[in-house]
Amino acid sequence: MIVNQFLVLAALLFSLGIYGVLVRRNAVLVLLSVELMLAAVNINLVAFGSYIQDSLASGQVFALFVITVAAAEVGIGLAIVILIFRNRASANVDELDLMRW
Amino acid sequence: MTYLATTVLAYAEEAGHAAEYSDGGLLAQGAWLVPVVPLVLMFGILFFGKRLPQKGWELAEFAMAFVAVYGVVLFIANANEGIVYEGSVEIARLGSLVLEWGWVVDGLSIMMYAVVGVVGFFVFTYAKGYMEGDVRFTFFFASFTLFAGAMLVLVSAPNLLQLLVGWELVGVASYLLIGHYWEDHANNAAAIKAFLVNKVADVGLFIGVIIVAVTVGSFRFTDVLDAVVAGDSALAQVAFWGGLALFIGAMGKSAQFPFHVWLPDAMAGPTPVSSLMHAATMVTAGVYLLGRMFPFYQSEIFAADVKTWIIVIGALTLFLTGLIALVQNDIKKVLAYSTLSQLGYMTVAMGAGAYTAGLFHLFTHAFFKALLFLGAGSVIHAVHSNNMSDMGGLRKKMPRTYWTFLVGSLALAGIFPLAGFWSKDEILASVSYDAGHGGGAVASFVLVVAIVGAFITAFYMARAVYLTFFGEYKGSGQPHESPAVMTYPLIGLAGLSVVAGWVNIPGFFTGFTDWLATRAHVLGDHHAEEINLALAGIGLAVALAGIAIGTLIWYRDDATQEARDRRFYVPVLYPLLANTYYIDDLYIRGVVDPIKGPIARLVDWTNSYVIDGLVNGVGFLAKAAGRVVYAGVDQRGIDLAVNALSSGTGEAGGALRYAQTGKVQQYAGVLFSGAVLLVVGFLIFT
Repeated sequence: MIVNQFLVLAALLFSLGIYGVLVRRNAVLVLLSVELMLAAVNINLVAFGSYIQDSLASGQVFALFVITVAAAEVGIGLAIVILIFRNRASANVDELDLMRW
Repeated sequence: MTYLATTVLAYAEEAGHAAEYSDGGLLAQGAWLVPVVPLVLMFGILFFGKRLPQKGWELAEFAMAFVAVYGVVLFIANANEGIVYEGSVEIARLGSLVLEWGWVVDGLSIMMYAVVGVVGFFVFTYAKGYMEGDVRFTFFFASFTLFAGAMLVLVSAPNLLQLLVGWELVGVASYLLIGHYWEDHANNAAAIKAFLVNKVADVGLFIGVIIVAVTVGSFRFTDVLDAVVAGDSALAQVAFWGGLALFIGAMGKSAQFPFHVWLPDAMAGPTPVSSLMHAATMVTAGVYLLGRMFPFYQSEIFAADVKTWIIVIGALTLFLTGLIALVQNDIKKVLAYSTLSQLGYMTVAMGAGAYTAGLFHLFTHAFFKALLFLGAGSVIHAVHSNNMSDMGGLRKKMPRTYWTFLVGSLALAGIFPLAGFWSKDEILASVSYDAGHGGGAVASFVLVVAIVGAFITAFYMARAVYLTFFGEYKGSGQPHESPAVMTYPLIGLAGLSVVAGWVNIPGFFTGFTDWLATRAHVLGDHHAEEINLALAGIGLAVALAGIAIGTLIWYRDDATQEARDRRFYVPVLYPLLANTYYIDDLYIRGVVDPIKGPIARLVDWTNSYVIDGLVNGVGFLAKAAGRVVYAGVDQRGIDLAVNALSSGTGEAGGALRYAQTGKVQQYAGVLFSGAVLLVVGFLIFT
């Protein structure tokens, strides 16, 4: 089996995610980009898992863990975004500089 | 059989006293109580005395009663079986030298326990009456108990170091007691004088102890005397100087010429103090030390050369001080000079190699001298004056005091069959023996001096008795007999003054000699086995002559006191005696004044210019150095470093805080670029 095409796909997806995280202004879209990066990682895990063919299927199992944790992360992240939006009537990450010096 | 007992038996056989010795059992093992009980009760008196019904006197009296009973029981036990025992507790070790607290129970120390206890018991009883109403009654008895306890520490010592401790404690206690009436400056001065004179002589003792102990490698008397018996050559080399130094110490405590000056001044203390000091404690310490170290002085290759010094010093003391007693007006001073003279006899006996004779005189003298002082105290108590010119005619007003004083005087004068006769005769016999056995011309001369001394003794005692109890009463007020608490001790001591000499009658009963013999010290003792009738006759004759001439001069009831006292006025001699040979002036001009004058000024100058200068200089330097350190090192160096560190941290923080933009995406960008950098680095460097 050849993993190259999967790895290329994953790399493209990851780069898209990074682009989104760094460039998008809307917090919801930033979160979505993070999800893209996680999806890229999952593809990598599954690809390498089926490539190695280990008896424990650890790549696939790990992918499931990542999905679970990502769900939880997005849940909390969206809750924070909603709260911020309620407070400031905006979800623009550029304006969220409360923690600056 | 212990090692000690073996050596003792060897000595005993050598001296012809083959007797059975025992270790004394429980009685000897418990003898540590003898010095400890008075010392513990001393603290009891000090802390609780004032709250007791008799203000602490009962504790002091109990202590003395205990010592007396224990001493007499030991004395009797010793007479039956001969006790030799030595107990000790180790305190510390200094290299090979062992420091011990111990207690010796043998003939010599038992005799001292008994004498200190019995005389002390009588004196303490008497002192209750004498000191009644004194402002420092309780403190007096505390010091007095310390005095007796210190003497017991001294005589129970099995080693030189404990002896030294007891020796100094006696000195301290005597200082407290002589200066008891410190409100009067003269009494203070007397106390200081006694202390200082003793201290000067103590330097000798100290040096002697160091020489002997370091050479032998032990402080124990047993080890020192064993070295003497073994003929230890290292000890023999230093024996002369060691023996001389120890004798100088003994001269101080036993007030031998020229250290005798403190004893007459010590009369400043209350009379019971003088009584105990002159009879049983303090002045007997020197004779006791010579007795303890007797074989050391007696063995030919050791300190035998010192014996000549001892006998000459003793003879000088007994003769010169006896003469001074003839011209004193203060009754206590008469007795004080008489004590000096009698101590001279004891020293002469020690120098003549007569162990028994010297200690026998110590034994009998303790009783009649205590009696005489207590009698004098009783008179002083009645007439409120020390001077015999304020007395006279007291024999009818104070009959008990008169009769007991008379017994004491006759005993001191050496009249048959009272105590002094036997002991003085023993000394004369021993000196005469020495004159024929190695003592040579010196001993023959000393024998003459001792016989003349016996005459002088009787002469001045006759004077004291006649001036005090005969003639017209010259003082003020109506003197009356002292209370029973004071007269009963007089009667008890008078009884002892009569019988004390009967324990050693040459050729008839030699108990005392055997009792004392339970120790190494019999080695070479010149003890007269047979009574020397000629010498005894001469001694008695000169004593009677002294009394007769004394009677001729001073007995006449009708004359006034001064008139009678003026009958003995020998030109040149009288002023010389009245001024005590100008020895005190010599000390004042020759020793005290130079020290007070130029030396003190030199020391003062050195102190204010040299030492103060040094101290101030050091202080100034330290201050300057401190200033330099403060301004230079502390303010500039350390503070700078600390400030730079803190301000550097602050500035670094201020510069770096702009990195905290609060823009999440910037952080993410930095994060990702970091990750990329790591990956690139990883790729390049692997």
